[in-house]
Parts: sequence; structure tokens; C-alpha cells
Amino acid sequence: MERRRRRTDSLSDDEDDDRGRKRRRIATDGVDIEDRLESLITRVGEKSTSSLESNLEGLASVLEADIPNYKHQIMKILCQCVVSLPEKLTVYTTLVGLLNAKNYNCGGEFIEMLVRNLKEALKTGEFENARMMVRFLSDLVNCHVLVAASLLQMFDSFVEVTLEDNIPQVRSDIYVYLVLSALPWVGRELFEKKENELNSMLVTIENYLSKRQKVHLPALRVWLNEGPHLQEEYLDCLWAQIKNLRSNRWNEKQIMRPYLAFDGVLCDALQHTLPQIIPPSHNKSMVYPLPRVVFRLFDYTDVPQGTVLPGSHAIERYLIEEQINRIINTHHLERKDCAVALLGYPAKNKIPLNYMIVEVMFGQLFELPRAPYLELFYGATFIELCKIQPSSMPEVLAQASEMLFDRLDTMHSVCIERFVHWFSYHLSNFQYKWSWEDWAECVNMDPNAPKSKFVREVLLKCLRFSYYQRVVESVPESFASLLPPDPKPFYKYEQEGAGSLAGTMHAHKLISSIRSKCTPEEAAQLLKDLPNVYPNGQENENPSFNPLKIDVFFSTLLHLGSKSISHSFAALAKFHPNLKSLAEFEDGKICLLKVLYETWKNNQQIMVVLVDKLLRTEVVECSSVANWLFSFEMQHDFTSFYVWEIMHSTIKKMSRHVDQLQLDVDNAHDKQEAAKRKEADGLDAGEDDVPSDEAIERMEEKLEAATSAQKNLFLVIFQRFIIVLTEHLARCESAGVDYNTPWYKWVIERLQQVFLMHHELVFRYINTLEQLLFTSDIDIHILEVFQQFCALRS
Amino acid sequence: MSKRKLPSGSVALSQYRDQHFRSTDSKNTTLRGNRTEQEKLLLLSTTLYIGNLSFYTSEAQIHELFSRAGDVKRIVMGLDKVQKTPCGFCFVEYYTRADAENAMRYINGTRLDDRIIRTDWDAGFKEGRQYGRGKTGGQVRDEYRTDFDEARGGYGKMLATKIRRTSDVS
Repeated sequence: MERRRRRTDSLSDDEDDDRGRKRRRIATDGVDIEDRLESLITRVGEKSTSSLESNLEGLASVLEADIPNYKHQIMKILCQCVVSLPEKLTVYTTLVGLLNAKNYNCGGEFIEMLVRNLKEALKTGEFENARMMVRFLSDLVNCHVLVAASLLQMFDSFVEVTLEDNIPQVRSDIYVYLVLSALPWVGRELFEKKENELNSMLVTIENYLSKRQKVHLPALRVWLNEGPHLQEEYLDCLWAQIKNLRSNRWNEKQIMRPYLAFDGVLCDALQHTLPQIIPPSHNKSMVYPLPRVVFRLFDYTDVPQGTVLPGSHAIERYLIEEQINRIINTHHLERKDCAVALLGYPAKNKIPLNYMIVEVMFGQLFELPRAPYLELFYGATFIELCKIQPSSMPEVLAQASEMLFDRLDTMHSVCIERFVHWFSYHLSNFQYKWSWEDWAECVNMDPNAPKSKFVREVLLKCLRFSYYQRVVESVPESFASLLPPDPKPFYKYEQEGAGSLAGTMHAHKLISSIRSKCTPEEAAQLLKDLPNVYPNGQENENPSFNPLKIDVFFSTLLHLGSKSISHSFAALAKFHPNLKSLAEFEDGKICLLKVLYETWKNNQQIMVVLVDKLLRTEVVECSSVANWLFSFEMQHDFTSFYVWEIMHSTIKKMSRHVDQLQLDVDNAHDKQEAAKRKEADGLDAGEDDVPSDEAIERMEEKLEAATSAQKNLFLVIFQRFIIVLTEHLARCESAGVDYNTPWYKWVIERLQQVFLMHHELVFRYINTLEQLLFTSDIDIHILEVFQQFCALRS
Repeated sequence: MSKRKLPSGSVALSQYRDQHFRSTDSKNTTLRGNRTEQEKLLLLSTTLYIGNLSFYTSEAQIHELFSRAGDVKRIVMGLDKVQKTPCGFCFVEYYTRADAENAMRYINGTRLDDRIIRTDWDAGFKEGRQYGRGKTGGQVRDEYRTDFDEARGGYGKMLATKIRRTSDVS
């Protein structure tokens, strides 16, 4: 949607003569009229020098005049505004109300179009759009466009979904949510006109809500226990808020209702009856929105005096959160506009807006399974907010960071990771200034304790953004033990005492050959006579790979390319054939990755980047990376964040690969069918780029192979998880100690993360996983994670 | 409303056009033809030009920031033509357009190594473009600058020469 900054087109008093001329000129050209209409309609309700009421009145008259010629276009633009600009919902309902009062048929046609869109959205699973349309229709009752009874009928048919048999809970949830989230707008009107019907609907909803299963709740919680704030499931929380609203006789204090000013005009308008809207019946392919948990960080004691933070069960809290969420949704592609719109929130009462913005944004950032938008969006928008309000926003963010840090012990690992990402990024934009002394407690903690881990990982990320000396200088000296190592490579064949190593002589020869630009064949020739032993001299009985050769060759290559990422890439590219042949089989590939670790263990970033390169150039496979990360050698780093960064980027690459192949197959099929249709119509099919049956078959084989590799990858990962966790649990049991150690928390939550982060994929293989791995004989703590995951869609 | 043809907002093309751009199509020699092709490439590009870097900012630092917007394919550091040292710009290439757009949206105008950096669409890296185009080998802007910018070699090259001459005389 175009959002031009220029104000020259607005309906405010600052119009000048020039604009009048322009309008006439454009009027001869239909296309431009449409653009103008769109601009007028989409911008009403933005800041303006004249009142909203007069702007609305003016716009309604303009549209009334254009309706004879541009009715369809106007209706379409209005319907688009319903879903694209829901933060201005009541502005548009008022506009529709005014149009309906002037032209009854026009109101009817708008309803017809919106209802058609709503039915389509329900059928195609666009539930968020549907929710906005339902809310819009509800508010049209307030504007005297719709008859209250007919809206209640729609609500009833939605609530009836809760009585259906054999449907997943997420289906009935969403239909109840559609109704509940519209009630703050229309509750009062329904209460006044149809109290009994409203109450009996609410009874049905209450019955439903009291019987819901909530197995999934632990998988979605940001905090593991009920810390200072209750962590409620979204429907439970909204229900509590609605009950409060009801006990206040459906009066709320947040929604701006411009139609009240037009009561006189609207009262006289004729109302329409909403046609019957029956939810499309359930089918297996329908994906319903996942349940959520409401994130809360602040309560009224945290905010400055003079402003009131509505309690967690006040409907106002929901309405403000909802409005902030809508603004973010509308503006997330333009961080600057987003920040301006957030701070321009037209709060009717004095609310601590900055606190609410920060809470909602962190709520989104920490949302499980995934944040709605790119994590970077939140960081970049926080920076814009700080720029606009340099005297208050940084303070609120600092307070929030302190509070999050204080509660780290019970925070979900995945959220801690996102917190680390954001915090390091934020520091990198503010000269790494932070009152680290306040966090000195973590210096003496167990390295796996969440607070200690948090600070270490933040410093590691700061190191990536800056350089070693900078990080050392930005923290107090007492933090020395938390600092990352100097990120230099390690090359054993040039260390003191390297002379006694089996590969040193060859390594040195290789260095000078590569420096004098030898070919890959020459390099391979040089290593030909190295015995099949481990670098420490121990015999290797596995003929599928030669660990000494791999070690000498790869560590030397990495050493020579260690100057920068580009140098490393160039080295890998030139000697790609050597790497392929040295690591032809799985054991060789894992051996190669271990050499990478030995060389670069002090520089996690380069490890991440190079594993990515090795995967993309098909030197190693996804499953080799997974097996390597679970190997004995990596145990020491197993709870380090970079290990999981590699793991998830590996899974992602695998899935992109599968998606691409799927797309290729689909496109090929489409092309072939199009050609066949053309042929049937007696047209020239244009044979050159129509794929043959054999070509398609080959593509399908490739896809099948990739899909089975993907399935195998998940099997490897989950199986290894089960092994390490079972070992830990058994060890603790036999030693009679508590299994719930910091290490255990990291690992079990990493298991949860694999499920959550890739939930669409994992769901594809859920039956296999249930039959092969997550069987009833594994430990209940591990099985629980699987069951919670399954419950997300049931 | 949904009929947006050209990218707008923070992913829109800027006014700047690389004057050295040459079409790869030998038949396409007119200035206008060149411009149209350049624009076409810019609209599909997955490569960004990054400016106002410190001379001391490393490839790895750039990688860390830009990989927050998506998977980075490669980074080409801008080098001084004569000294072959970083001279304050680079190209970042992504695997997909969508990721490059996110970098335009969320990184342009934020800080890297304590400097506000600028991102712009680039028609795609070609050999030779990694070098500064200033007379002395660096970027043109560093020839004429009159401010003192420690992270970009102090004063602008012309001013620096003048200062050196004056101090030689005295």
C-alpha cells in the first residue's frame, strides 16, 4: 500500500488552489482517479490539521459524488483497508456508516463484498484477515449499517464449531477467537439489544474454554514457571479480560469511536441484515493458527508515576497490545514509519506508552515457535524509537534488559538466544556502553548457569561485531574470565615441537607448494605416501578415509587462507577436488569437520561460515554436520550457541534444497500441462522449453532422494538427542542426584527448539518419529517434549 | 493498492546511478539503452553497495551484521587501487533478493564499527569494481573531504597533501 509522505492531497484545510486544478485534469483519466481515491481513502485518519470528523465528512461527500462512476473501485479499496489498515478500523467503519446513510445500496454492496472476502479467507485459511473482517462487521453494528441480531447469528455459527466432533482443537479455538476478539467493539451494543442471546453464547464459550486441553502450553512459554507474571494461554487471557469487560457492563476506555459524533446522521440510516455465514467444514489440509502464550514483562509498579498500566486482565491491556501489534503488522517493512506510528499512538488515557511498546515488541521477539518478523526488524526499530525519544526510550529498554537479565534463570533457552542476539546488536549501535558492574555476580557462576552463559554469549557476539581489543576494553577487568579467547586460528604444524609430529614434513612442503601456486593434482601427489594413521600416530583401521592426510591437507589449507573469509573461500574453491576425494565417505567428512574445529575453535564465526561453505559445495553432508556436532569432540561446546547456530542453519539449508526441488518439479509439470493444453487447442506448443517425461522423472527422483535425506537428518538429530539425554538421566539416577542441571535445561530446550523452529517440516515426519524414536519406552521427560509438540496442532 | 509496480520505501532505487556502468550486450551502446538495462539489473539485483565504512572494518564484521538480514553469499571488499588496502566500501551479495531487501530495510543507516553505514542497490559485482576510483587510488569522496575522519585515513587526500606541503615549507 502506498503511503506517501506528501500532504498536498489530504482533505485538511491546507488545500490550495493548485490541487483543485490538478483534480480536474486527472479526472479525464480513469486510472489516475483510482489512484487518487486510493490515496484519499488510505490516508484518512492520519495526523491532520483539521479534525477527524470533518475529514471523514469531507471524504464521504467526495466518495458519494464518485460512487456513480467508481463504485466497484471504492468498495474494493475499502475492503482492502479492512485488512491492511486495521489500526484505523473505527475510522473506516464510520466512513462506511456515512456512505450507507447517504446511499443504502452502496452500503449493501459493501457488505456483500466484505462477506464474500470473509468466506474466502475462512476457506483459504487466512484467519488473521478473517479476524479483522469479523471485527469490522461487528463495528458496523455500532454504525447502524448492520442489524445486531444478524451479527449474533454469525457469532453463533462460529461458536457452534466448538460442538463439532473429530476436529483439532486449534480449529474450534480460532473460531472462538474470531468472536472474542470482536466483542470489545460490539459487546455494549449486543448487551443493550440482545442481552439474553449474548449471554447464552458466552455460556457456550465458557463451557468450551473450561474443557480445552493445554498440553502445548509448556512448549510455548517464555518463562518456565509462574514468575512475577502469570503466563496465560491467549484464549484464557482474553476470556478473563472479556469477563472483566462484561462486569463493567461492556464499557471500555480505549477504543476511539468516531461514529459517536455522527450519531444523528447514522441513527436515521437503514440497516442491512448480514447474510448467513457458515464456517467451511474441516479438512485435513487446513492449517489453523498455532496457539500462543501472552507475554508480560511489566506491571504497574514498574512504570513511572502519573501513568497507569492497565492490569493484565483489564480489557484495556488487550486493546492497547492489539493496537500496537496492528501498527507493527502494518509498518514492519519500514522501520522508521513503524517507530513514528508506534509513538504516535493516539492513547485516550494516560498510559505508559513506551513501556507498552517495549513489552509488545519483546513479546513478538520472544514468541514461540518463531517471531512473526525478522529478528533484525525489532533491533532496528528499537534503535529508531531511541532516536525519536532519546531521553526516555533508552531508559525503558535498559530497564527491560535488567528485568530480563534478572529472570534469565527461568527463561526458555530459545528466548535467551534471541535476547543475546538483540542485546549484542543493540550494544553495537550504542558504542558497547553498558553498566556491566551490575552483572558482576555472573563472574563466579557455573559457566552453564543462564546468567553466566548470557554474558559470555553476548561478549562473543560483540566480538563478531567489533574486534578483540574493543570487547576487552568495554567490560570491567573483573570480567576477564567471561571474555572470549582471542579469535586466532591454531595450526599445529608450525607450533613449537611440531617436528615430532607425523605430518609436519609434508605440511611444510605443502605450504611452500601452495604458496608457489601448485595445482590441486600436485598437492594431492605430495600427500600420496602419508600412512593411514591418526595425527598422533595411532593406527586407523578404517580404509574409507585417511585422518592424517585430511589433517595435514585441510589444516594447512585453512591456515593459509586464515587472513579473511574471502581468502578461506578462495582456498576451499581452488582445492575443492582434493577435499571431495579426501572426504568421500561419512567418516572422512566428520574427520574434516573435526580438523576445522581444531583450527578455528577460538573463532566461532569463521566455523559457522566455513561449515556453511562446505555444505553448499557438497564437501560435507547435512547428516555429517549433525553427527559431528553430537560427537565426543564437540561435547565441551555442546551448550555453546554457535553449535546450534550451525545445526539450525544446516536444517534450513536442507529444507531450502527440498523446497527448491519441489518447486522445479511443480514448474515442470505446469509447463508440460500448459503445452498439452495448447496442443489440444491446435496451437504451436513452442517445444523448446517443454520438459520431457524423462526429465520430469529425473527431477522427481532427485526430489525423492532429497526428501529422504531430510527425513534421515531429522532421525539422526532426534536419535542423538535421545541418546545424550537418556545417558544423562540414567547417570543422575544411578548417582542419586537431581537430573535438572543447567546442562540438562540447555539440552532439553534445544531439543524443543528443533521441534519448534522447524515445526512445519517435523510435522511431515511425525508418524515416523512416533513409531521409530519417541516410543513409550523412552524416558518420560524426553517423551513429554514430543507430546507437547504434537499437541500444538491437535 | 496491491498493484505496486516498482519497489518503494526503503527498498526503492536511489537517485544515484553508477556512471561507469557498461552493458554486457555489445549492440546496446546508446546511453539510454544502457540506463534501462542498468535499472533492470538493479531491480533484480541481490547485491548491495555498502558505503561509509571505516578502513579498519573487516570482512568478518560486515558478515556478522549483514547475515542478520539473510544468508550472505559473498563480500567483496573495496580496495585502494594503489595500496590494495580497504578504502571504506564493499559489496555484499545475498543468495536471494528477499534477503537483500531486508538488508536495505533494516541495516541502511544503522551502525557498524561505530559508523553509520549506507546501503544501496548495485547492478552486480564485476572484476575491477573492487578498486577505489579516486585519483590517488581510494574513493573519490576521500579526495575532496575537508573533515578529519580518523577511521578513513584522516583528512581528505587533497587537503592532506596541502597540509603536508605547508608543513614542509615551514
